Amino acid sequence: MNGNGWGVEMHDLVKTFGSFVAVDHVSLQVRKGEIFGFLGPNGAGKSTTIRMLCGLLTPTSGTASVNGLDVATQPEEIRKSIGYMSQKFSLYDDLTVEENIDFFTGMYGVPHEVRAQRKQYVLEMANLTDRRSAMTRTLSGGWKQRLALGCAILHDPPILFLDEPTSGVDPIARRAFWGLIHDLSETGHTIFVSTHYMDEAEYCHRIALMYRGKVIALGTPSELKHGLDTHFLLNLEASDPLETMRALENLPGVLDVAIFGRGLHVMVDALDATSTRIRQALAAKGIAVQSLDRITPSMEDVFVALIEAEERKAA
Amino acid sequence: MSYRRFRAMFVKELHHVTRDSLSLAMALAMPMMMLLLYGYALSLDVDHIQTLVYDQDGTTASRNLTRQFQGSQYFQVAGFVNDYHSIEHAIDTSHILIGVAIPRGFGKDLANGSGKVQLLVDGSDSNTASIAMGYAEGVVQGYSAAVQHDVINRKGLKPPGPVDARIRVWYNSSLESKNFIVPGLIGVILVILAGQLTSLTIAREWEMGTMEQVLSTPLRPAEIVLGKMLAYFVVGLVDAAIAVTVAITVFTVPFRGSFLVLAVSTCLFLWCALFTGIWASAGCRTQVQAYQFGILVSFLPGFLLSGFTFSIDTMPKAIQVLSYFFPARYYVTIVKGVFLKGIGFRILWVEMAFLVMYGTLIFWRTVKKMNQKVA
Repeated sequence: MNGNGWGVEMHDLVKTFGSFVAVDHVSLQVRKGEIFGFLGPNGAGKSTTIRMLCGLLTPTSGTASVNGLDVATQPEEIRKSIGYMSQKFSLYDDLTVEENIDFFTGMYGVPHEVRAQRKQYVLEMANLTDRRSAMTRTLSGGWKQRLALGCAILHDPPILFLDEPTSGVDPIARRAFWGLIHDLSETGHTIFVSTHYMDEAEYCHRIALMYRGKVIALGTPSELKHGLDTHFLLNLEASDPLETMRALENLPGVLDVAIFGRGLHVMVDALDATSTRIRQALAAKGIAVQSLDRITPSMEDVFVALIEAEERKAA
Repeated sequence: MSYRRFRAMFVKELHHVTRDSLSLAMALAMPMMMLLLYGYALSLDVDHIQTLVYDQDGTTASRNLTRQFQGSQYFQVAGFVNDYHSIEHAIDTSHILIGVAIPRGFGKDLANGSGKVQLLVDGSDSNTASIAMGYAEGVVQGYSAAVQHDVINRKGLKPPGPVDARIRVWYNSSLESKNFIVPGLIGVILVILAGQLTSLTIAREWEMGTMEQVLSTPLRPAEIVLGKMLAYFVVGLVDAAIAVTVAITVFTVPFRGSFLVLAVSTCLFLWCALFTGIWASAGCRTQVQAYQFGILVSFLPGFLLSGFTFSIDTMPKAIQVLSYFFPARYYVTIVKGVFLKGIGFRILWVEMAFLVMYGTLIFWRTVKKMNQKVA
């Protein structure tokens, strides 16, 4: 039923609300079985894009397909082949764990013969077997989130849309959750997940960075980290960090300086030229440099750099 | 339309209804409370009208007239006074409704053929006042007829026979207002209940964010609204049963018709009233909005335009026309007809046909509204 091999595909997708352009000509392709991360600050247009793909919003223009099905003309078929977890916890608080599962089992029309097995699978996956009769409102954030994921995959959909699934969940539960997402991906599910936690990008196969409705970067995490040709990160250890910082702040070619542990992280625009300039400037002030090495930037560094570049372009 | 999704929706909604014990208790206690309150307190019967007499004449004739008032079940002579000021004060303080002033020379004038008596009525409640005036005129006319009869008799003539109207009141022979109010009240209770139960149901899901989750599944709007409606339908039927039982046992309202007719039309009406509430809810994204809108479309027309106490026939034409657009009017007619007149499908099919039409229309509009809200 789906010959092109893409799990999700969109072309020039646009959504406007009045004069506000929430999604601005976004084109993307997501492979089947891929964990595709959709990153960006709040309000970048991530949720709006996901909601259009789930058929909850009608695109203003452009085309999109999910599992080979057209968003504009086949929304009913799409709903059968996706699982969706919205940003806000949205199961019924006054129903028990089991009643919520039963409700969504009915909604997705899970066939009779596999119903018990799917329920068992979801209860085990979410680690809720012992709490099946607990009222949903009594569960803590991590349990709720796993139950929500469980309810979204009851019908074993080939494609999952998770909109900021880890917001408001503690770090341990977050890590466990990403473990579940990896397991799902191993079994061939395509996962389209948005987050504003930059460190979570590392869990994804590929990521797109969205900013003000546009995709400003796309690639694997390591491609993005090493693909910056205007930003390089140096780790500097010197005798007097505070004095060093002051000396570097206004040096040409230095984009950013921040204290990081015992040393400093210095973002520069050119590797060799600026390194030399830094050594000269510090020597002039009598500060001894213990080490100055290029290091791999974190995702957060990359995104801050990309967004700053984007803002300079706009200005 | 999938039966499984509809059933899952219905079961889920029943869980909500039964879990929310406060709302459920209110839903079940309300018909009892309203029936008792309105059934006992809202009496349109006028009797024991408090009356003061200012007899300036003090003759046999004036005392005979006073006695006529004292003997009537509609009047209660609270006392005698000697000036107008006392009557005025008693009316102002609402101690009496009517003052009877018999002028000096009443007995003499009467003997000469033209007695006059003054009646002072508190008209601030126009309905009661006009009823009281009618009764008072009746008493005075009765007295005057008796006097004429007496005079003619004394002259040895045969008096012309008075016309005697033999009145037989059908359907509510004792003319008790409870027999008329309580059946209509059943309709009002159901319409208020339906509005209250359903008006929040969809708005709440938008507010909680659950609607978005549900809409990402294959669930269709018709399944949402039907599943929700049926859950509240169960509550509505229980309430209807309570209300009918109380009407028959506690208020001893005569039930002359068939339970089948009542049951069928109650089902039709619940369908209409519940979908009106869901329709109101579907248009609103917040519960506060939905609640206010729900009151506007169910409570007010149900109370004012159903004919339960306020007679539609005496309303201005435009409002009469308006009342045809709300199902409560048809249902109240049916319930009163079934209870008091014992009429059935042969006469009430018109009202039932209107309920079916309204029900179809509002269901269609509700599904359409849900569809619009999705995208």
